[in-house]
Amino acid sequence: MGEAAHRYDGTLPLEYRTQESRLNILGFWIFLGAEVALFATLFATYLVLFQRTGSGPTAGELFEVKDVLIETLLLLTSSFTCGLAIFEMRRGRLAGLLAWLLVTLLLGAGFITFEIREFIHYVHEGATMQTSAFLSSFFVLVGTHGAHVSLGIGWMILIIIQLLQRGFTPKTARKVFIVSLYWHFLDVVWIFIFTLVYLLGMVI
Amino acid sequence: MKWSEFFVTGEPLIYAADVAIVLTMVGIVFVLTYFKKWKWLWNEWLTTVDHKKIGVMYIICAVLMLFRGGVDALLMRAQLTAPNMKFLDAQHYNEIFTTHGTIMILFMAMPFIIGLMNIVVPLQIGARDVAFPYLNALSFWLFFFGALLFNISFVIGGSPDAGWTAYFPLAGNEFSHGVGNNYYAVALQISGIGTLMTGINFLVTILKMRAPGMTLMRMPMFTWTILITCVLIIFAFPVLTVALALMTFDRIFGTQFFTMANGGMSMLWANLFWIWGHPEVYIVILPSFGIFSEVVSTFAQKRLFGYKAMVGSIVGIAFLSFIVWVHHFFTMGAGPAVNSAFSITTMAIAIPTGVKIFNWLFTIRKGKIRFTTAMLWSLAFIPNFVIGGVTGVMLAMAAADYQYHNSYFLIAHFHYVLIAGTVFACFAGLHYWYPKMFGHILNERLGKWTFWLFMIGFNICFFPMYFLGLMGMTRRMYTYSADLGWTPLNVVATVGAALMGIGFIVLCYNIYYSARYGERDMTGDPWNGRTLEWATASPPVHYNFPVTPVVEDLDAYWVMKKKYGGFQVKEEDLKPIHMPSNSGRPFWMSVAFFVAGFGLVFKWFALAIVGALFIVLGLILRSFEDDDGYYIPVDEIKRMERAARKGA
Repeated sequence: MGEAAHRYDGTLPLEYRTQESRLNILGFWIFLGAEVALFATLFATYLVLFQRTGSGPTAGELFEVKDVLIETLLLLTSSFTCGLAIFEMRRGRLAGLLAWLLVTLLLGAGFITFEIREFIHYVHEGATMQTSAFLSSFFVLVGTHGAHVSLGIGWMILIIIQLLQRGFTPKTARKVFIVSLYWHFLDVVWIFIFTLVYLLGMVI
Repeated sequence: MKWSEFFVTGEPLIYAADVAIVLTMVGIVFVLTYFKKWKWLWNEWLTTVDHKKIGVMYIICAVLMLFRGGVDALLMRAQLTAPNMKFLDAQHYNEIFTTHGTIMILFMAMPFIIGLMNIVVPLQIGARDVAFPYLNALSFWLFFFGALLFNISFVIGGSPDAGWTAYFPLAGNEFSHGVGNNYYAVALQISGIGTLMTGINFLVTILKMRAPGMTLMRMPMFTWTILITCVLIIFAFPVLTVALALMTFDRIFGTQFFTMANGGMSMLWANLFWIWGHPEVYIVILPSFGIFSEVVSTFAQKRLFGYKAMVGSIVGIAFLSFIVWVHHFFTMGAGPAVNSAFSITTMAIAIPTGVKIFNWLFTIRKGKIRFTTAMLWSLAFIPNFVIGGVTGVMLAMAAADYQYHNSYFLIAHFHYVLIAGTVFACFAGLHYWYPKMFGHILNERLGKWTFWLFMIGFNICFFPMYFLGLMGMTRRMYTYSADLGWTPLNVVATVGAALMGIGFIVLCYNIYYSARYGERDMTGDPWNGRTLEWATASPPVHYNFPVTPVVEDLDAYWVMKKKYGGFQVKEEDLKPIHMPSNSGRPFWMSVAFFVAGFGLVFKWFALAIVGALFIVLGLILRSFEDDDGYYIPVDEIKRMERAARKGA
């Protein structure tokens, strides 16, 4: 820390202006690196286990295309609206930022709702995470992503409250920026889930 | 669950431990109350975000865990001294080798290294703290309560008993019914999260907070090894996180990842465990290489030989460490092609490691060597570690490994690298940086006693194990029959273990003796050091540097001393210093992790949810916190500097 921590650079975007913010943003990028390793491990586990269905259903028998497509559309759109939110922040428009964050949040909540519906549907079909190694790895991989999205929604709500209380400050701007990094990251993970879990599951 | 299942019963050793734990706790409470130290404990230690104090706490825990793991080791040696011993039964022996391994790696070696890096790295790069001081405190307390959770298992519920590698299906519900392996999964998870955050924290610290002029290639070698270690942590620990989470799901929620039926695959655990586990070995050995580099260079009074080759070989070792994991289970049937590939990558690690050995030797060559205790540990490291390394190359040959696999030959090998590498480094680092931590020097005479007792004891204990392994003695067997002919070497090994134990006791006495009578370090630079940590007072004032030092070359402080006669601070250059505020939240959030973890271990989900809610509450409070720290005014800095430097 020290005076270095408050070294202020007015030429940078708001979220990058203090040294503390720059450290936080770099730290968060590195954290995302660790998250990549985490999800990579889960994907590897899934790919090792997904044909080991025991006496339970196979991926092809189980997956609901319609729900998954709706989830995908909702989450991909939310990533776009999240980008718009940052765009509004860079233009210094608090109302625009808040509006797009709210849209992002609702789309995320919609995604989670459909995912929970999908999971409940599978469980009703008798496909629980205890049924087979395939289903254990499926529920843990997709569920970990879902838990991340849920956490992101809670986090975004906290930041929206802080934006309403404090307006634009280097600190709130930095928080918005970091949550947006997180949100885009989850979107990328979902693209891999969509491809490697659902598409692959329906082909093989 | 009945109370008789909740508390471990039936063993006199356990009852003795129960009594000892209760007496110790009563004793601590009494001392704190009698001397009115509760407030001091809270304000100075439990809520601190100062990297130096956090480092000291890490090291205190590591020494305590060295005691615990060492007692486990002595119990095992006692049981194996003679054939057909009845000292420990098979189950108790299983528990003891499991906790010995887990504690020594994760709760002794790791915190010792992380403690030293906490104390030293910010000082070496001329920073005032780490990038995220609050997170640093949280890392420590998560480690602390993870270790606590793991350690209470031997009196509450029963210890894990499936080995420190916890291989499935043995560690699964089918073969391990108790809560022991739940403790393993949950406690390691909690402290592992702390370690991951430490990795991120120090990577940002080293990348972004170096003093002006300190380019990457002017960083002290210890800082370099920590930088690379952080990268290893960041990419290896998430794999452990996932592996442990899957284990938790299997054991507590009945999933089928590693089970015997319904498609589960127990080998997947072995792969995940070692994809983390092998880099983990380098996470504890690379910083050790860094410590030896600093010590050798200081006490040979020469610049480190082959600095660039040293950096290159650290990076090389780190890269290779991720592609060797299969060598831990050559015998599990991956086939000749896979085994050959991993055999070659494993042997390749010997090349950069050999480069480093020669660099240390050339640093010593023609140096004006001072045989301090720290230097003795470093000099002893070289031949002992080479023995461990060469037998490692023997083990790396897959075909030959079928003979050695899981024999005492392997036990001897990894103790030669982990003790002669990491433990020697921890002791070297402790003696070397002790004055920086506490302001006084560890007594050199007692230090040398520790060194000779421990180093000779270590060789007497582990060298015979190579031969025991070749004679057929396998790992984890709790007793053996007399006609196998293993008795004489086992007696020798136990004598060696006892010598190591005596060495440890001398070290503990030395800590006490030096605190009372040890030589005070008034200069801040007792060893004629080369790097920036010696430019501060001993112990450093909590802001470390009154003004940020400017680095002109490698061995920054050495250059300063030669050019300017030391680190020159002009009072007119002083500016108010910004420092982070203390916080009690990392402490109580980690308590919440402990409570949640304890609930999970016993499947008391209501308790687990209560703990989890407090964790979430802590996160929310942190998010809304608007604390920008505080400034130390210039007059205050002047006053503190004069107080710290009055002896110089």
